[in-house]
Amino acid sequence: MDHLLSLIVFTPLVGVLAVMMMPRDAKDAMRTVAAVATFVPLVLATWLWWQYDPSGVGYQFIEQGSWIAALGVEYHVGVDGLSIPLIWLSTLLLFLGVFASWKIDKGVKGYMMLLLLLEVGINGVFCALDFFLFYVFWEIMLLPMYFLIGVWGGPRREYAAIKFFLYTLAGSVLMLLGIVAVYLAATDLGVTTPFNIPLLSELISSGQLDGSSLVNEGTLLGWPFLKWIFVFFFIGFAIKVPIVPFHTWLPDAHVEAPTPISVILAGILLKLGCYGILRINIQMFPQVASEPAIAYTGAMLGLIAIVYGAFVAMAQTDFKRLVAYSSVSHMGYVLLGASAFTAAGLSGAAMQMFTHGTSSALLFLVVGVVYDRAHHREIEGFGGLANVAPIYTGVTTVGMFAALGLPSMSGFVSEALVIIGSWQVYPVLASLAVIGIVITAAFILWTLQRVFLGPLNEKYKDFPDADRRELFTMIPLAFLCLLFGVAPALLLNTIVPTIESIRNLFA
Amino acid sequence: MELFEPTTLLGMVLAIVLVPLGGALVQIFFGRKLPRRGDWLATACILTSASLAVTLFWRVIVQIDDPNWSWSSADHGLSWHWLNVGEFQLTAGVYLDNLAVIMLAMVTIIASCIFFFSQGYMHGDRYYSRFFAYLCYFCFAMLGLVVADNILFLFMFWELVGVGSYLLIGFFFYEEDPPKCALKAFMTNRVGDVLFMLGFVLAWQLFGTLNYTELFERLAAGAFVPIEDRAFSGLDNHTILTLSGILIFCGAISKSAQVPLHVWLPDAMAGPTPVSALIHAATMVAAGVFMVGRMYPYFTPEALGFIAGIGAITALVGATMGLVMYDIKKVLAYSTMSQLGYMMLGLGVGGYIAGLFHLITHAFFKACLFLGSGSVIHAVHSQDMRDMGGLKKKMPFTYGTFLIATLALSGVPMLAGYYSKDQIIATALAWGLEYGTAAWIPFLFGAVGAFMTTFYMFRLVFMTFHGTPRNAEKFAHAHESPAVMTIPLMVLATFAIFAGVTLHPLPATEELWFNEIVQQPASAAASGLHLAHDTLAWHDALHTAHYPALIVSLIAIALGFFMARAFYLKKSADAEAWKKRFGPVHTLVANKYYFDEVYNDGLIAGLHKLNHGLARFDRGVIDGAVNSVGLLTRFVAFVAGLFDKYVIDGLVNFWRWFVQTASAVFRVVQTGNARDYLTWTLVGVLILAAYLANGTN
Repeated sequence: MDHLLSLIVFTPLVGVLAVMMMPRDAKDAMRTVAAVATFVPLVLATWLWWQYDPSGVGYQFIEQGSWIAALGVEYHVGVDGLSIPLIWLSTLLLFLGVFASWKIDKGVKGYMMLLLLLEVGINGVFCALDFFLFYVFWEIMLLPMYFLIGVWGGPRREYAAIKFFLYTLAGSVLMLLGIVAVYLAATDLGVTTPFNIPLLSELISSGQLDGSSLVNEGTLLGWPFLKWIFVFFFIGFAIKVPIVPFHTWLPDAHVEAPTPISVILAGILLKLGCYGILRINIQMFPQVASEPAIAYTGAMLGLIAIVYGAFVAMAQTDFKRLVAYSSVSHMGYVLLGASAFTAAGLSGAAMQMFTHGTSSALLFLVVGVVYDRAHHREIEGFGGLANVAPIYTGVTTVGMFAALGLPSMSGFVSEALVIIGSWQVYPVLASLAVIGIVITAAFILWTLQRVFLGPLNEKYKDFPDADRRELFTMIPLAFLCLLFGVAPALLLNTIVPTIESIRNLFA
Repeated sequence: MELFEPTTLLGMVLAIVLVPLGGALVQIFFGRKLPRRGDWLATACILTSASLAVTLFWRVIVQIDDPNWSWSSADHGLSWHWLNVGEFQLTAGVYLDNLAVIMLAMVTIIASCIFFFSQGYMHGDRYYSRFFAYLCYFCFAMLGLVVADNILFLFMFWELVGVGSYLLIGFFFYEEDPPKCALKAFMTNRVGDVLFMLGFVLAWQLFGTLNYTELFERLAAGAFVPIEDRAFSGLDNHTILTLSGILIFCGAISKSAQVPLHVWLPDAMAGPTPVSALIHAATMVAAGVFMVGRMYPYFTPEALGFIAGIGAITALVGATMGLVMYDIKKVLAYSTMSQLGYMMLGLGVGGYIAGLFHLITHAFFKACLFLGSGSVIHAVHSQDMRDMGGLKKKMPFTYGTFLIATLALSGVPMLAGYYSKDQIIATALAWGLEYGTAAWIPFLFGAVGAFMTTFYMFRLVFMTFHGTPRNAEKFAHAHESPAVMTIPLMVLATFAIFAGVTLHPLPATEELWFNEIVQQPASAAASGLHLAHDTLAWHDALHTAHYPALIVSLIAIALGFFMARAFYLKKSADAEAWKKRFGPVHTLVANKYYFDEVYNDGLIAGLHKLNHGLARFDRGVIDGAVNSVGLLTRFVAFVAGLFDKYVIDGLVNFWRWFVQTASAVFRVVQTGNARDYLTWTLVGVLILAAYLANGTN
């Protein structure tokens, strides 16, 4: 198949059109269409991963053609070991997300259309190898998310949605600034496709493109031009990750978003920020990224996120807010590992993106189940749910152990790799990061104890156990947590060769 | 000598480890639907493991009979490329030596006894099938820990046994306390575990491998990773090695309930009693000791000294707390803690054989004691010894086996505990003789602990089984447990007698069966790091210490026994009066040295304060800043709006007004009449003329 990536990206768009043309009352039919429209990309992405040759060099499944010739914009997509697992994860989470949304009854038509449009944006970003295309997909993704939170969210949905929108927009603007600057510098060099990401990466990392045509001697206010661009991109992506102190949109967005949207937000959208850091900041600006001061700042920010996120999570009383802060903490590992530029650190960071995508998505589904039944999420307001909902408790326990990084679960491998990899460079920071491991275990198991264990809270004596639909959304994720924990090579075999090629940039 | 094909041997070991896992999975998903709720299936699984492990024991220990025997699946190309990340490579395989084979047999035999016992003890429990699932899962993790061939896999199984322990301590999850105790156990262990993790990260830094064989080879050859390739270039190899060893040992501090991370073990007694016997007495808590044994060559003399110190403190502190408890399981829990201290002490002072031998013998008699206490609890439905008394006649089998195990634990000659404990004390004495001053502490603590051990054990026996019943109602309902519970007791009691057996009544270390099959590993000495335990002087000291140590232990046992007899059987001494006499000390010990208070009110309360403080900071300052930016933007927009409305628009309006007004004025003037213009011109000329005229004056 020559156009596999395009098919993966744009199939959901067919779903959008189909749903658009359906009558407003045909809710089940629309849900089914959405399920099909997300299932096809999942199958295709599975095929993609299967066909991907990890030993191959560079991007694969490339499609390239002129789009806006006047600006040198291309339709240029391709994947490597960094993006493939994330594309697969996003198609899976969107598919499961449709089932998790089955009970949403308000404006099903608009909801499903936005959800499918969101998938187009997400997969587009992961595939795009053209900056213009990348930016377009990035913005496509932003809008549906705004409406999904702002319309289908909880009581403070408008506040949360606007906060999310403005924050992300601020990031986008910085990113756009970076893209335009690089574009101008590239056109000055006579490049005919000045948005081509692989080409730009090569030009910048080889030192040919340094912005000296734009600013005097490539220096602006005492900083090299490239460093400015690096910082613009970094802040743009850091907001999306989110990295402390740009993180406060996340808990609000999570708390207000409906369950499936939280799942996608935590599972995939946060990874877009990390992906951007790895793909653009590190791969395109290796010299800047590996400057000791910059790398150390990155590692430090990672450590702060890990420890600070865990401490703040422990103080939360809202179950969903707690999981949201645990995401902040877990994303810190990505930054810490990536800042070390060792094989173990970078691979751990890339793997952490995937493993957190499964475990946090699972936890948000878990929270969704309890919220559906009790209509509140106060951790102290439950107690002893294991008495009445053993299966639900079992799945939750798996998810929680996955989140706290228990060996035999995928989170352990990625966190261990990050610790080992970053220890080689930042022994003190890596040693301090284990505080986060302890605190994470503490607040997760403490939550398990308060919500599920102990004597049954009589208010919930009729609490129904998880039903088939809910199990259908949760069990695949629990299985993945276990699978890649027991046999991490299945995942790392795809990731590591790409990481090695990134590391060659520093050699 | 090769007794099995490599693949056969690997298959056997994998079966020993994985069959219980299969049992656990079947039990958790289908257990409730099986006849007898699947207890036979779980038991069959562990018996399969046990028979394979005993076969292995027979072949390796009895037939091969080579103290240096070891087998690694990696040597036969049978290993699993688990991780392959740049310079970080990890292949997982099976590593067996005599110690591992003995451990496999010990764990599976004790587990089998406990599975049978549980069929009686847990009979009719609401979650009967789940109990066996958890037990199977625990056995899987414990057995995996024993056969792992690298530190990372040891660590992984190490955490998994922790999960098994967590699930089983909190087995009665519908009650208030057990889940809290389970959480406490898991978290205390987590603290030790992350330090352990840092320890092996350091080990990888030093040697670039986590595989035991490779690690010890490189250690022996002094093949450190060059210092310039390492992050910690400021410290020399020996210091890092010591630091790494101590960090690794920190894992054992929590897992094996050593001071100061012992606080979880007494609380772990909230789990069902068979669990206490299996996990919190015989196997999991001993994993820390096993790990220290496994990593033995890795510890520098300084690290070993640290281990000895912690072990000595634990042995004494645990014993003192055992003296004052009334809960029968708590006494045994503190006793376990104290005995684990002895094992660490033994290993730390260089008694590799002594410490590990004590691990094996202790497992049998302590499991027997715990199951015996379970049998008593099953009968009287109370754990408080003040509710018991006189049970000897009603529960003859339980009493008999309990007494044998008590004698074994006290170290009465010819029973299992005697051989191992005596060796520990003798080695500790030798250490004191050799190094003097502070090095006397392990021996002194050990000797005093030995006296206390006998005292608290006979206090327990006398209060429970002898004298008159203190609670007539409970006594009336008491009855001997069914055969499914008493037969395992007898099996374990048999091991409590014979597990240490030697024909020589006063054996030196060399004559123990354990010594003949387990070899103290070559120490780190070969790497140029001096370890004094291989010197001739050390062997002399060991020889000198042997009989004095024996005499000291015998005196300690006798003293402990007769004092307990006087206090609790003959009542010729008044325990209450002595309690008063030791007022403050007794309060300190009875309150468990206030460890829990310090942790709860200090550490955990402080942590919560910190969390809430940071959460307020997050809400107030960081999010506050974000919201302030939002508000500020809105304010600026508002001001800009006003400015726009009143200043800019005002200016526009003013201009319009000005033009209008001005034009209104000028309209009056601009009449369009030529005569008017001329008139005004004349006026102007006159004014100008008057001005000029004025100016010329």
